[in-house]
Amino acid sequence: MRHIISVLLENESGALARLVGLFAQRGYNIDSLNVAPTDDPTLSRLTLVTHGNDQVIEQISKHLHKLIEVVKVSDISEAAHIERELMLVKVKASGNQREEVKRCADIFRGQIIDVTPITYTIQLVGTSDKLDAFIQALGTTPILEVVRSGASGIARGEKTLAL
Amino acid sequence: MTSQTKSADLAKTTEMLSGAAMVIRALADEGVEYLYGYPGGAVLHIYDALFQQNKVKHVLVRHEQAATHMADAYARASGKAGVVLVTSGPGATNAVTGIATAYMDSIPMVVLTGQVMSHLIGGDAFQETDMLGISRPICKHNMSVRRPEDIPYLIKKAFHIAQSGRPGPVVLDIPKDMTMPNQKFPYHYPTEISLRSYQPKQQGHSGQIKKAVTALLAAKKPILYAGGGVIMGNASSELTELAQLLNLPVTNTLMGLGAYPAGDKQFIGMLGMHGSYEANQTMHHADVILAVGARFDDRVTNNTKKFCPDATIIHIDIDPASISKTVNAHIPIVGLVKPVLTDMLALLKQKKKKLDSAALSQWWQQIDQWRAVHGGRYDSAAPLLKPQYVIEQVSKITKGDAFVCSDVGQHQMFAAQYYPFNKPNRWINSGGLGTMGFGLPAAMGVKLNYPDADVVCVTGEGSIQMNIQELSTCKQYGLGVKIINLNNGYLGMVKQWQDMNYESRYASSYMDSLPDFVKLAEAYGHVGIRVTTPEELQPALERAFALKDQLVFLDIHIDPKEHVYPMQIPGGAMNDMFLSKTERT
Ligand SMILES: Cc1ncc(C[n+]2csc(CCOP(=O)(O)OP(=O)(O)O)c2C)c(N)n1
Ligand SMILES: [Mg+2]
Repeated sequence: MRHIISVLLENESGALARLVGLFAQRGYNIDSLNVAPTDDPTLSRLTLVTHGNDQVIEQISKHLHKLIEVVKVSDISEAAHIERELMLVKVKASGNQREEVKRCADIFRGQIIDVTPITYTIQLVGTSDKLDAFIQALGTTPILEVVRSGASGIARGEKTLAL
Repeated sequence: MTSQTKSADLAKTTEMLSGAAMVIRALADEGVEYLYGYPGGAVLHIYDALFQQNKVKHVLVRHEQAATHMADAYARASGKAGVVLVTSGPGATNAVTGIATAYMDSIPMVVLTGQVMSHLIGGDAFQETDMLGISRPICKHNMSVRRPEDIPYLIKKAFHIAQSGRPGPVVLDIPKDMTMPNQKFPYHYPTEISLRSYQPKQQGHSGQIKKAVTALLAAKKPILYAGGGVIMGNASSELTELAQLLNLPVTNTLMGLGAYPAGDKQFIGMLGMHGSYEANQTMHHADVILAVGARFDDRVTNNTKKFCPDATIIHIDIDPASISKTVNAHIPIVGLVKPVLTDMLALLKQKKKKLDSAALSQWWQQIDQWRAVHGGRYDSAAPLLKPQYVIEQVSKITKGDAFVCSDVGQHQMFAAQYYPFNKPNRWINSGGLGTMGFGLPAAMGVKLNYPDADVVCVTGEGSIQMNIQELSTCKQYGLGVKIINLNNGYLGMVKQWQDMNYESRYASSYMDSLPDFVKLAEAYGHVGIRVTTPEELQPALERAFALKDQLVFLDIHIDPKEHVYPMQIPGGAMNDMFLSKTERT
């Protein structure tokens, strides 16, 4: 099962390495990892996408808690939540392909953010599934480059993960 | 970065110290008496500061690994963190095995490692290693000093983390420029520390404790399974009281020996791979297991799929990650074992309901039948010296009251099985990592801190050679350790596995060209005695223990063919055991 785990981490050197090392050491999966400081510069917020059975996920969350610099951990996928990922895709777009690509980007509510005579760079935001679907939908259009941020997430409603 | 230093105001009222002096002063303020270490370029400022005071004493080992084991063993015996100081690069990497050893057994330790100057870090400077990177997976936490004025706070933080929650080693990496003798800063040692991201639980959840008591009182075949957490958690007396209140059979893990007195009739021995027949049988057939500060290690459970099929498991542990890790716990209680057991005791004393006494006495009858079988008894009439007999005699001469520090191998298991530990903190061994070379430095760390106690190092001719150089340190500090070298001429534990699984093909388990240990001991300025027959043992032990302050190396030639039994059959349940070379359950 896919899980989205949110972590509040002390913004200290070595803290991120320790967290990533934990996954490598114990053989847990990291499907994606997204990290940046928050409004409070002493704290980083991490969104980690992983998969595993219930027992593995429970161990992941317990071991994250054990790290000295980890302030809070929450498996936000256990309840209603919002998930967003940013993707930048550079594709070859020339001749009649240009129209086709633009139409496809429009359907997915993507934006073309850079243009050359032979390429388009498209920006797309959505769930990781939606980004996957867009890549599928590009079909035969030659993809030159894909950059994805990894998912970041937040709980729905009034629930917060804060100090 | 949080810092306790409050700039200029403090400077007027407080002492000004260099970073190096702060390191030593902070240790003194923490109450540290001994520092175990080895000097080198990156820590020379600190050594110079050490030289200029007399509160903190330094023990110069012969190899940094020994410094870590000495500090570790001090912690195991006293419950307080041991402290190590080593230089950068090779000094730090030599300490790695000792850090990992302490980590696996949850032993509090503070390891100060020198580092190259800050501006050189990352440039492959002379004697630079990324000690933070190397030690990250084998310590509870690690940190580096970035500003000299943070040193007191960071040292306090290191002790706080090492000694609270589930204890463990903490590494503090100190770049040389943080300790410049001519740069002084206001010194203030914090008395307390609080970290927003680290608030280990103390008390157990009262609802869970109630549930546990109810389950325990409903048991017909209960067992108490106690581990090293009881010893490090200083909860041996609460555990004993609870066991005796309910008349529970008690088994201790390898790490938990001494948590419950071995001489008591309710003690049924160690459990697990080389556990007693009755302990493994009792566990397997139990209907309620009260696990206290134990972690269902693979050396205990055997095949977890076949583990104790009928048992409701109550698990008390300070570390939530230890709960339901290998075996599912039905009633988990996260908290320090001492307050949790205290709460349980209070609740039990209030309750009218007692355990079903008919069922319990039937259970005890069954246990006594298993006891009568007593797998793993040795042939005491054999002409060759048996290691088990040696341990029994050592226990006799020390009145069962010595600190026994063990190395790793068959001798370790014989010591665990045949020395009856009646007190906690007396059995000192590397259970989790199984570090050969641990025994002698461990015994040294204990002897230094408990000079009047009998301190025994049980070892083998393989293990002792992994830190044999420390005989020199023993001479320098007058450490009268008694070394019981159970010399079988083989890496016995390896040989046993080769006998059992590889048709006795002894690939590299025979040690040719062993030194003359008696002469070797003498060369280092100690007493050496060789024992080759059962008759020689008694007088040799008497002589050795009469030489109070001297290190005596007893090189005892034992039956090289002896195996450790019982031994769980791999892949089986708790109670599937080999009982001798020819019998099995
Ligand atoms: C540092 C280290 N290397 C290898 C091992 C694997 N090992 C476990 S027991 C053992 C044999 C120990 O031999 P000895 O000290 O003579 O003890 P004996 O088993 O003969 O009593 C070995 C090699 C280990 N535990 N530690
Ligand atoms: Mg041997």
